[in-house]
Amino acid sequence: MKASDRVAVLGAGPAGMAAATRLATLGIAVTLIDEQPAPGGQIWRGIECNRDGALARALGTEYGDGAAQVAALRASGCTLRFGTQVWQIEDGWQVFLKTRDGLEVTSAAAILLAGGAQERPCPFPGWTLPGVVTVGGAQILMKTSGQVPAQPVWVAGSGPLPLLYMSQLLALGGRIAGYLDTMPRGNLAAALPHLPAALAGWRDLRKGLGWLAGLRRAGVPVVKNIARLAAAGTDRLESLSYRQRGGRDVTVPAELLLVHEGVVPSIHFTLALGCGHDWDERQLCFVPRLDTWNETSRAGLFVAGDGAGIGGAVAARLRGEIAAVGIAHRLGRLGEAEAARQAAPFRRALARALAPRRFLDALYRPRPEVFAPEPDTLVCRCEEVTAAQVLAAAGDGDGGPNQVKAFTRAGMGPCQGRQCGYTVSHLLAGRQNRSVGEVGFFHIRPPLKPVSLGELAGLQVEESVP
Amino acid sequence: MFVRLFETEARAVSVVIDGRSVAATEGEMLAAVLLRTPPFAARTTAVSGSPRAPYCLMGVCFDCLAVVDGIASVQTCLLPVRDGMRVERQAGRREVWK
Amino acid sequence: MQHAEIVIVGAGMVGGAVGFGLARAGRRVLLLDGGDLDYRAARANFGLVWVQGKGAGMPPYQRLTRDSSDRWPQFHRELAEVAAAPIDYERKGGLAFCLGAEEFEARRGALHRLHNQLQADEQDCEMLDRAALQGLLPRVELGPDVSGASYCWRDGHVNPLQLLQALHSAIGRLGGRVLAGHPVNRIARSGQGFRVDAGKAVFGADKVVIAAGVASGALAAQVGLDVPVRPQRGQVLVTERMAPWLPLPASGLRQTAEGTVMIGATKEEVGLDTGTSAAKAAFLARKTLQIVPKLASLRLVRQWSGLRVMTPDSHPIYAQSQSHPGAFVLLCHSGVTLAAVHADRLAEAIDVGALPLNLDPFHHRRFSADVRQAI
Repeated sequence: MKASDRVAVLGAGPAGMAAATRLATLGIAVTLIDEQPAPGGQIWRGIECNRDGALARALGTEYGDGAAQVAALRASGCTLRFGTQVWQIEDGWQVFLKTRDGLEVTSAAAILLAGGAQERPCPFPGWTLPGVVTVGGAQILMKTSGQVPAQPVWVAGSGPLPLLYMSQLLALGGRIAGYLDTMPRGNLAAALPHLPAALAGWRDLRKGLGWLAGLRRAGVPVVKNIARLAAAGTDRLESLSYRQRGGRDVTVPAELLLVHEGVVPSIHFTLALGCGHDWDERQLCFVPRLDTWNETSRAGLFVAGDGAGIGGAVAARLRGEIAAVGIAHRLGRLGEAEAARQAAPFRRALARALAPRRFLDALYRPRPEVFAPEPDTLVCRCEEVTAAQVLAAAGDGDGGPNQVKAFTRAGMGPCQGRQCGYTVSHLLAGRQNRSVGEVGFFHIRPPLKPVSLGELAGLQVEESVP
Repeated sequence: MFVRLFETEARAVSVVIDGRSVAATEGEMLAAVLLRTPPFAARTTAVSGSPRAPYCLMGVCFDCLAVVDGIASVQTCLLPVRDGMRVERQAGRREVWK
Repeated sequence: MQHAEIVIVGAGMVGGAVGFGLARAGRRVLLLDGGDLDYRAARANFGLVWVQGKGAGMPPYQRLTRDSSDRWPQFHRELAEVAAAPIDYERKGGLAFCLGAEEFEARRGALHRLHNQLQADEQDCEMLDRAALQGLLPRVELGPDVSGASYCWRDGHVNPLQLLQALHSAIGRLGGRVLAGHPVNRIARSGQGFRVDAGKAVFGADKVVIAAGVASGALAAQVGLDVPVRPQRGQVLVTERMAPWLPLPASGLRQTAEGTVMIGATKEEVGLDTGTSAAKAAFLARKTLQIVPKLASLRLVRQWSGLRVMTPDSHPIYAQSQSHPGAFVLLCHSGVTLAAVHADRLAEAIDVGALPLNLDPFHHRRFSADVRQAI
């Protein structure tokens, strides 16, 4: 390993912070990069500002756990680059950054992608109206601005996050107009066989039950097994509608609707860098193919955290630790036996942390409607392309997502398919009777974050190829 | 749509949104301020002129774009506010000649 | 086994245009298109329908290009009507910006030489000095280094993706088929016709047209056509949408009908590599800001690359196999500009079963043996 070897860690959430801190402990130079102004990722957003008080108490202990990790990071000696976006990575590795002062490039001997997850796109009629916000987004507002819905809020979706958010909101004195639970009937029955294995993570399960009980105590109306969610309004959300289990259609006035249908790994970087991916049928997402050290199919490129597969904050931290040991091993800082020894306790803990996964994945499996929106529903928010237009562009035979992209512009906007890619792939899979894994995903192009022509013109970088 | 619950230790500042002064706290995300300020939208789209407000609050939807201190297409969910920041809601397609 | 009169391997710009022409003439055509992630020049096109500057050293190519440009408005009308789909096309002339006096003179000289080679009566290109150029672009603040531009009244531009989709759609409406996800790996003679093997299915055909871009070499060799073709990478930048400001396309800069600005392109010999580089993005950005400095605040939304279908002299290859009559190969990197002649003259030739004499200069026998070997 060269003395100048530096590792770039992208993402300062649980995985990134754990990895950076561990690498520093192993004597390796680390630069930790995050586009947020402070560390914490999404789960611990704003943690350095929310140390005590009513907000910190309402956010709960899982949130509070982050403080120690952040403190350890601050003490670790890693180079910290906040407010910094990575817009391209090239072989070598060259990591292209964007800050307020312009563009720069830095080199790294190895890269750890710890960009975490994003909420699964869940298109429905009217989802682009002002007044429709994701549950994760609302929770970020709570954490970073102490901001809560002004009126009793509607929440629609499925998964642990809506339950957590609603319990936090209630603890802050917020009001909930109703929880529209989109979990389809039959999920619980499908999940029950996995419950025994999940009991190793019983604390997590107990937490979830506690949130549900809290909703009941607070008298929040809960409507189960809803379908055909739709939002309506002229320039903003004015009403929402849904179909009840018995078939009755209901419309209610609403000015704010929070939605959530689970989380999926952020794969834009691994796709752009040509890494191998596998389709995970249980989590209904693509996951980068990783070896036991969390290295992708590209040498020197590692992934940790929810980006490696949805597992939660504890699993993310442990994957970060394992990846750090793996990187140290790859860079020659740790021998094979020593690396295995250091990683062993993390691997055991990771297995325990992931124990509830199969149960939770089955329990919170999204209803098929999420992947087959109605024809007039916007699928691509950026370019305003509907589901009907996506299917019309699929043509005859096995046209793929990139054909759809070429013919409709879906995926060509600034989000580069983050909000529409899965929907397009699912629509094609359904139409062509193929698995989503076979259909694939959009070809991802740089810049991974928008940069201006002026910023590019100011970039000083060597050309290696004529 | 949203309201702030707490006074924090951070400095109270004000930003100007479409010519009107709006109270904020130093360091909070501009998108949060937009979601407290009618009509809550950050922009109208370049394709159909439809209003869009911040949606994901974490940089992956690009619906929260606004013009900030003369720079267009800024992701307001990633931008901490400063005192005196000038914000204009972004209308449709870009102009660069002004 | 499905049978078609003509199987076209490759449903890109060339295959699509020829397929449209044949379907319009009443032939039953089947286009077999490759995989979603195959190297597709047709999805990586700048969109110029361009004449100026082309065909140095090959007057027949200059003539072919001019002819296609002149047929394009009619081709556009017919295609848009059959496809019942919009195709944003304009023919109001085109520019090639010049920076500095030297570049201006060099451009003038190159166009003059081209004109002499062609020996046509009328000049369709002229040099515009800075003042004249500014007069054509009233809203644009030109950078200080802009010395002028060459202008050709024949030039125009089109939305290449709408064009491709319209070709596919029109073929379908005329009774043909375009099958995506059916890459062909083997073509063999079968009786009087051919057997085309696409792995998951096999097809019979009276005639086969290979229009598979950079993948054509291996397939063409199977039917006795030894064509030298190599990939040449071009990188392009696409910006966010702007209110209309650039009324004419330029060779490296054009504003699309939806408002995005396209900036291109590089010429790189990197083999089958469709990656992009920040270095080239910076280079293209700098070049653009020299022409229009005020674009500095414009956001780049994506950068992509395509592999041009390049022959040793960069001009098209049109040939019928001697050992396998009825098998044709069509290769070029200007599939958009040449779409009009592909749809009528080339389609007709394939229908008749023989390429006309005036297309003979495009046979690959024009390349010496060692040039072909070098590929």
